[in-house]
Amino acid sequence: MNELLRRLLFLPEQASSFAADVDRLHYFVIITTFIASTAVGLTAIAFFIRYHRRTEEQTTPHIEPPLWMELLFFGVPLSFFLLWFFIGYREFVRQQTPPSDAMDVYVMGKKWMWQFAYPDGPNAINVLRVPAGRNVRLLMTSRDVIHSFYVPEFRVKKDVLPGRYTDQWFNAVTPGRYQILCSQYCGTGHSLMRGEVIVMKPQDYEDWLAAQKHGLVTKQDGAPTGMDAAPPLGNLVAQGRRVAADEGCLKCHSTDGTRHIGPTWLDLYHRREKLSDGTLVDADEAYLTRSMMDPALEVVDGFQPVMPSFQGKLGGPEVAALVEYIKSLRSDAVQTGPSEGPAYAPVRVR
Amino acid sequence: MRLSESDSSALAGAQRHLSYLEDGTTVMSWLNTRDHKRIGVMFLAAVLFFFFIGGVFALALRMKLLQPGPFLMDALSYNRLFTLHGVVMIFLFLIPAIPSAFGNFVLPLMIGARDVAFPRLNLASFYIYLAGAAIAIFGMVHGGADTGWTFYTPYSSTTPTQVLPILLGAFVVGFSSILTGLNFIVTVHTLRAPGLSWMRLPLFVWGIYATSIIQILATPVLGITLLIVAVERVAGFGMFDPARGGDPVLFQHMFWFYSHPAVYIMILPGMGVISETVCAYSRKNAFGYKAIALSSLGIAFVGFFTWGHHMFVSGQSTFNAGAFGILSMIVGIFTAVKVFNWVGILYRGAIAFRTPFAYICGFLYFLVFGGMTGVALATTSLDIHWHDTYFVIAHFHFIMVGASMMAFLAGLHYWFPKMFGKTYPEGWGLVAASLIILGFNATFIPQFLLGNFGMPRRYYQYPEQFQALNVASTAGATLLGFGLLIILIYLFIALRWGPRCEANPWGSKGFEWMTDSPPTTHNFDEIPTITQMPHDYRTHEAPGVIGAA
Repeated sequence: MNELLRRLLFLPEQASSFAADVDRLHYFVIITTFIASTAVGLTAIAFFIRYHRRTEEQTTPHIEPPLWMELLFFGVPLSFFLLWFFIGYREFVRQQTPPSDAMDVYVMGKKWMWQFAYPDGPNAINVLRVPAGRNVRLLMTSRDVIHSFYVPEFRVKKDVLPGRYTDQWFNAVTPGRYQILCSQYCGTGHSLMRGEVIVMKPQDYEDWLAAQKHGLVTKQDGAPTGMDAAPPLGNLVAQGRRVAADEGCLKCHSTDGTRHIGPTWLDLYHRREKLSDGTLVDADEAYLTRSMMDPALEVVDGFQPVMPSFQGKLGGPEVAALVEYIKSLRSDAVQTGPSEGPAYAPVRVR
Repeated sequence: MRLSESDSSALAGAQRHLSYLEDGTTVMSWLNTRDHKRIGVMFLAAVLFFFFIGGVFALALRMKLLQPGPFLMDALSYNRLFTLHGVVMIFLFLIPAIPSAFGNFVLPLMIGARDVAFPRLNLASFYIYLAGAAIAIFGMVHGGADTGWTFYTPYSSTTPTQVLPILLGAFVVGFSSILTGLNFIVTVHTLRAPGLSWMRLPLFVWGIYATSIIQILATPVLGITLLIVAVERVAGFGMFDPARGGDPVLFQHMFWFYSHPAVYIMILPGMGVISETVCAYSRKNAFGYKAIALSSLGIAFVGFFTWGHHMFVSGQSTFNAGAFGILSMIVGIFTAVKVFNWVGILYRGAIAFRTPFAYICGFLYFLVFGGMTGVALATTSLDIHWHDTYFVIAHFHFIMVGASMMAFLAGLHYWFPKMFGKTYPEGWGLVAASLIILGFNATFIPQFLLGNFGMPRRYYQYPEQFQALNVASTAGATLLGFGLLIILIYLFIALRWGPRCEANPWGSKGFEWMTDSPPTTHNFDEIPTITQMPHDYRTHEAPGVIGAA
């Protein structure tokens, strides 16, 4: 039944954990629509056959609908609409709420390509590799105008905006290759701003990632363009640490929990910060990005609004690297791997 | 030099037998007229011209889409063409089509008035419309814009194409829309004939009244928004462009605050036309009159609170999406109520299958299908897959073309004898209507399927799996265009050489038929007193023709 309707309606294959649920509601809504519009059409035709005009001077009775009939006209469609809405909204909330165990991939859209960066791995252009059966969260931003990340087989789509982050998560169930389309108009190359998601078997993905990390396979998916300031070497955390030093972030923000001109970065990620206007804000990726782009807008209580805007000074990859670096600064994080020098490494306080 | 119409009330007695068409035949007598009927006819000519232009653009786009790769034109030309198609069809055809052309012509007749409340303002509205259209055409000739009719920032504030004249054109046309809306509201409030209470107003007047409310409340917001984009382009003002500290999503909020109600500006007058024509061709009173009339006001009110359903994937909060989703469900109900009542009018009527009735049948089917796919799109989780795909294109063409244009054509055929005193050839009318309804289905049902399939809108090139459905859609569009061409030809012939008709060829008891066809300059020799509801067919005699020779 599912397969028959899916083919009749030209829906693409169901390759994510959302797709089957979305399609089920789709069938319900479209079948009801067909029945309703056909019923209205047939009723009109039936009335025409039954009540066609016999003489040009024919008179007709004056008929008003009783109240119960108007209430029925109102109530029946409203019940259907609300039922669809509640089924759909439940699913929508699920789609909009990334699970906490999702692996992150940074996405940057620009005219007219997609760039993907893994926190602990390589960068790639237009090809996103993800393991099957794992929750993946995309943290997306744009370098120029608005784009939109769309994979029809996953039934997911999210606008990719300049100057801020949006996120989208999915769980790809079937290994395979799926097209990424840009669905927000972005200029002459809009229709060619296509990429590909390669959903790999988990083991294949781990092997690929390990190979990337060891530099055995470099630049398999394309070379960086001249516009990319940050070299795609090392992981994002390391890049973020370098950017923080180069851009002078660390002159005001400490990474060891001490209070300085600006709030410390240690444990900043997902900290509930009280702002100068009294509201509480969750310091997530979006807040961190906003604070770099428009620092005067949401100032943490007790600090002066002295930070300059980094709008136009930091590119998408640099912002992603900084955010990833801030995320890595946890007081409870277990230090693994070789020491990378004492300068900015997080240390445990309290 | 002869006196212009509105100054000539002293001469009204002498001119009583002249129709408005014969009362002054010089070009100046038209260009300088303050007669609502002549202004309505001039608007009709102008919107038909722009409908033709917009239609040619649409066919050119469809021709390109026969091939998945580059074909006929380059990407930039394609992008300019779909922008112009949208701008021309929306701002220069759909928004003014029914209110400014038919509304101007029949609304004063329907309420038993000699003219609108502000005849000079009415003429000014026409010239402002022409000025806006001229600025937009200037922009088209000088390269055109490639932003899409939605002008999303920061693309529109950074693209090097000629966005400025197109923005200014839409801005200026907005004033015409505001002035016409204001004029109609004052007219309905102050110039109703004795005995014409609000609950006796023809349903077309209710539709236009609700539309006018939206026009005067929402259009200023569009004006502000377009102006800010213009200032941003010229002076580097950073309101919407994040590179200058602006917020691109703010533009979308402001734009859709106008443009969602604008959808109702385009469909409510069409619903009014259908209310009139269903009654006239089934010789039946309006079943559920109050429900139809008040649901227009309901749409006008709730329609202001649904704009966020255009932005479910823009990163707005999940809570906002839910609130806008549920409000969109409520606005859909008012349309459903109207549809059921229109079908109810047919019950125990005396139905004549004339050309307008064919369009009524098409309208009902397309409105239900288009409206319910709109509800489907407001169902948040379903919208994610469909957003910005051909499904959305098909949905709103079902409403804008399937419903609004069908209503426009129904009104054009219904009021053609009223406006010009001539009849059109019924046989050709039915042939054209069948072609149009068939062609319309063939054009847009494949586009629903393309949307399901995942083809995004505004795609110059597309992956090859989408080709078969695109070819089907282009074939349908050709049929649709051909049907429209037939109408253009036979109406032109009927206008010049068609047989003269009697004052009320349909036997309609709509109030606008109480006077001659075509009406005299001052509509009525004596202002009629209204003693009954419109479309009361309980008695034999046709409504008295007042002012007949």
